[in-house]
Amino acid sequence: MDSENIFLALKNIKKTIDLNKDEIEKLDQAIGDGDHIFNIQRGLNEALKLEHELSNLSPEEVFKKIGMKIMTTVGGSSGALFATLLMGMSKKYSKESNDLENLAAMFYEGVEATKKRGKADIGEKTMLDVLIPVSLSLTELKNEKNIQTVAEKIKMVAEEGMLSTKDIMATKGRASFLGERAIGHIDPGARSSQLAINAICDEYIK
Amino acid sequence: MKKFVNKVEEILTESLSGFQKAHPDIIKVNFSPDFIYRAKKPAVDKVSLISGGGSGHEPLHGGFVGHGMLDAACPGQVFSAPTPDQMEAAASKVHNGKGILFIVKNYSGDIMNFEMGADMIDFDHETILVNDDVAVEDSTFTTGRRGVAGTMIVEKTVGSLAETGASLEECKLFGDHVNNVTASMGVAFTSCTVPAAGKPTFEIGAEEMEFGVGIHGEPGRKREKIKTANEITNDIISTIIEDLKPNKNQEVLMHVNGFGGTPLMELYLLFDVGQKILEKEGIKVSHSLVGNYTTSLDMAGASFSITKLDEKITQHWESAVHTAALRWKI
Repeated sequence: MDSENIFLALKNIKKTIDLNKDEIEKLDQAIGDGDHIFNIQRGLNEALKLEHELSNLSPEEVFKKIGMKIMTTVGGSSGALFATLLMGMSKKYSKESNDLENLAAMFYEGVEATKKRGKADIGEKTMLDVLIPVSLSLTELKNEKNIQTVAEKIKMVAEEGMLSTKDIMATKGRASFLGERAIGHIDPGARSSQLAINAICDEYIK
Repeated sequence: MKKFVNKVEEILTESLSGFQKAHPDIIKVNFSPDFIYRAKKPAVDKVSLISGGGSGHEPLHGGFVGHGMLDAACPGQVFSAPTPDQMEAAASKVHNGKGILFIVKNYSGDIMNFEMGADMIDFDHETILVNDDVAVEDSTFTTGRRGVAGTMIVEKTVGSLAETGASLEECKLFGDHVNNVTASMGVAFTSCTVPAAGKPTFEIGAEEMEFGVGIHGEPGRKREKIKTANEITNDIISTIIEDLKPNKNQEVLMHVNGFGGTPLMELYLLFDVGQKILEKEGIKVSHSLVGNYTTSLDMAGASFSITKLDEKITQHWESAVHTAALRWKI
């Protein structure tokens, strides 16, 4: 794990998000207020501008600085939550661990911080319906030798999590104001989170 | 989309720049991080009131910075909560020895970003969460009711109390009280168009209205066929009364708020209808405010906010105020 492959992941995320921007916007207009896609795109653009500045820094510094950037430029719920996720992740990097062990520990810490910030948990029709199962699977798979196996499994778990938001009511976030009217719509934050995880996994699936 | 735009990503900055130039006697604007603050430091040590939220609701909140109301306001991108560094910078700038009182509308994004901002400051601070919208169910299992046009009533009255040198705790309690006796509900005829999106947030038929709409064009209670002003006002006022449960002879403040796309002529018509309905119920509209104060960009529609008045709220509503959007007795 180094600055270069963190930024490669970010570029892949940006590509996927840009490709699916109309869908994310539509999902948000259905049960939110339509700002999610613009916030994410602004955050990714601002984060990518840091590539040269952060090129020689350690992974924990890179995650922390990207998190700060997102915190100060994105706004909305997604800004606060993604910033909390990344800054949480920055706290658990260890030089002694391999990449997968690191990712599992870092992601777990980040997701726990995000749960606390959003005062939310699984089953509330939010991005956590993707992030929590992915975090648990990463922990289970942290000793797996074949990285492609991990990527394929995580991709599947993220997709299941995203789809699980469709048929439930929201109890957190903007969509919770809608009551039963939110049923039948996938949560836009869950979709963008799943797309981002997808983009990272695809790099390891040949 | 027909809007006055140069570059869509520069709208907020250009608008703030114009706001600063238009009201140099009242406010100043700090850019990056963006916040609006009073041009003149208050003469007394007082609790500093800071509000903020997504842009697109103007004059809320920047238009309410000035003597008798807010000390600073943090504007986010259109309909997006501001970022924590804005609140931190605003708090550091306006802190005046008696603590910071954040006034936050009840939306997850606003709450989280204000919390993160509060984590970054060392001063005493409290937060008033405004949730006056009775269109959506309040339940411990959800985020709860939304904060809408009643927010400015909280800002006005608590702002006035803070000017007297009241303590942080006193201001916080009073703000919670005003919020508890205020209820709002609105209806939209058209969608708003977020500039970055370039197209309307929701589809709505020529003969339809969204009853209980939110101030971001979020859906409300139901989609209905358009009715007469009397019928619409009756539906809104009865929902508000059900929530506030005013006694006979209760004096109230009635605020008819336009969402940005409805002419004042119609807002005054609504005020007339609302006053008559309340009068029939034995409720006395002793104080009023009519106009576009909490807008939703270019959405056509309006909301009613009603506050049950007591001596203290009345005193702090009537007191002198000098802001870009609200000025009296000064």
